[in-house]
Amino acid sequence: MEGIIALYIFMLAAFTGYEVISKVPVILHTPLMSGSNFIHGIVLVGAMVALGHAGSKLEMLFGFIAVILAAGNAAGGYVVTERMLEMFKPSDKKESK
Amino acid sequence: MDFMIKASYFIAAGLFIYGLKKMSSPASARDGIVWAGVGMILATLATFFHESIHGLTNYLLIIIAIAIGGYLAWTSGKKVAMTDMPQMVALYNGMGGGAAAAIAAVELIQRSGMNFTEQALAVVGGLIGTIAFSGSLIAYAKLQGIMRKTIRFPMQQLLNASAFIITVILGLVIAFSGTDYGLGILFIFFLLALVFGVMMTVPIGGADMPVVISLFNALTGLAVGFEGYVLDNPAMMIAGTVVGSAGFLLTQLMAKAMNRPISNVLFSNFGDATGKAQDVSGSMKEIEASDVSVMMAFAQKVVIVPGYGMAVAQAQHKIWELVKQLQERNVTVKFAIHPVAGRMPGHMNVLLAEAGVPYDIIYDLDEINEEFATTDVTLVIGANDVVNPAARTDPNSPIFGMPILNADKSKNIIVIKRGKGKGFSGIENHLFFADNTRMLYGDAQAVASELVSTVKEV
Repeated sequence: MEGIIALYIFMLAAFTGYEVISKVPVILHTPLMSGSNFIHGIVLVGAMVALGHAGSKLEMLFGFIAVILAAGNAAGGYVVTERMLEMFKPSDKKESK
Repeated sequence: MDFMIKASYFIAAGLFIYGLKKMSSPASARDGIVWAGVGMILATLATFFHESIHGLTNYLLIIIAIAIGGYLAWTSGKKVAMTDMPQMVALYNGMGGGAAAAIAAVELIQRSGMNFTEQALAVVGGLIGTIAFSGSLIAYAKLQGIMRKTIRFPMQQLLNASAFIITVILGLVIAFSGTDYGLGILFIFFLLALVFGVMMTVPIGGADMPVVISLFNALTGLAVGFEGYVLDNPAMMIAGTVVGSAGFLLTQLMAKAMNRPISNVLFSNFGDATGKAQDVSGSMKEIEASDVSVMMAFAQKVVIVPGYGMAVAQAQHKIWELVKQLQERNVTVKFAIHPVAGRMPGHMNVLLAEAGVPYDIIYDLDEINEEFATTDVTLVIGANDVVNPAARTDPNSPIFGMPILNADKSKNIIVIKRGKGKGFSGIENHLFFADNTRMLYGDAQAVASELVSTVKEV
């Protein structure tokens, strides 16, 4: 990818992240940290590609580790975030009153 | 096919931002994570057709690795208690950082046609990812109670700084030497980065861990973004950078809530105030549960200040039962939540939501602090530093300047506490010795049940 295009992507994404998060209420900070933790689980696709074109045994070993860890990041991040946010359902609030 | 993969990455990146955006309101937050999840599945499935993946062995290994990592994380995530959520986030975050670092390792071992920028970013991403990996694992171990000691020794900062500088120099050598670097230097580079992640985290106390985890979360995001550039993958670049900047903002917000600059959390040793802390005058005065029940039943307004100790004792359900009884007697009950109550900002809200406490009676520090003066009874359960008036009055106290809940301004204060000792941070709490404070000793859950039954009898 052309370096300057990448720079634009990095810049715009950085502002996006900052803006999106700045409006989140404190009560959602924990699920949000967990949710953003899930989103960087996208590292899984990179890990798959790395393992996919690994040639030597050593490369395969590290690629294999990368995919295991990345899959764990994605799956675990999703499960815990979903569990937390589930409890924030508005209907729960009405029922418990 | 190539077009389809690119389109899926594009959609996934869009869904991630959309999902994060949806998480900014409690009503739509759950939809947010589901949409982000859809993006993740789409991107993962599309990647199976990626042109760079070849060889049956490689495909098999990918599937096996996803199955192992996914299964272990999924089942552990389903089981973990809400109180243990912070360390679980630390663990999953560490895995992400480790994955980014391992990708960097594969690319740097392979040395296949990277240009200078790609090679440099692979090194930077590898460094950051490795630090986030080992640092997060230490944070996990500390919060999980596997590693209780906070290790500090003289010249520690100097040693850490030199380790970091040497690692960076090695990284520069690798980045600038084209394909002429050996495996040995790579090995030492990653090893030092691992060691540095451990060394920078061990001196940080448990109370500061949320800030550190949030910082590592941001670092992992950045590492993922950089490795995304190396692999020519815009979805990783966008998602990683969004998380990186969001994470830094979140880290700042948390540090601000504790009134400690991030540099202070990372490089100074919590609890090492230079002067001598003020002596506490007075004594701690005990009270019986039945007397507390009478006080609360005839009060106009009761404010409950829950801390992590309440969650550890799993007392939130009983407390909610108690609140409902008081509400039936027309007592106004409010919950006051300090930003750092629990182990992360918002953690206490999650725990109360789990017990069924509705939103509209839970208040933030800024919203409730004025109200303590008109409060008849403030019930402090398992909270300590966040109600310590020394933060306002004693410049020598390690927590001086931290915003606190002004529980001491209310007419009566009841503190439910397991024993007479100092709390998590080891700082003497002046509130416990105040004239209008009474101590109710016991396990929070047992005490709460006792209060529930005695309030019934009043």
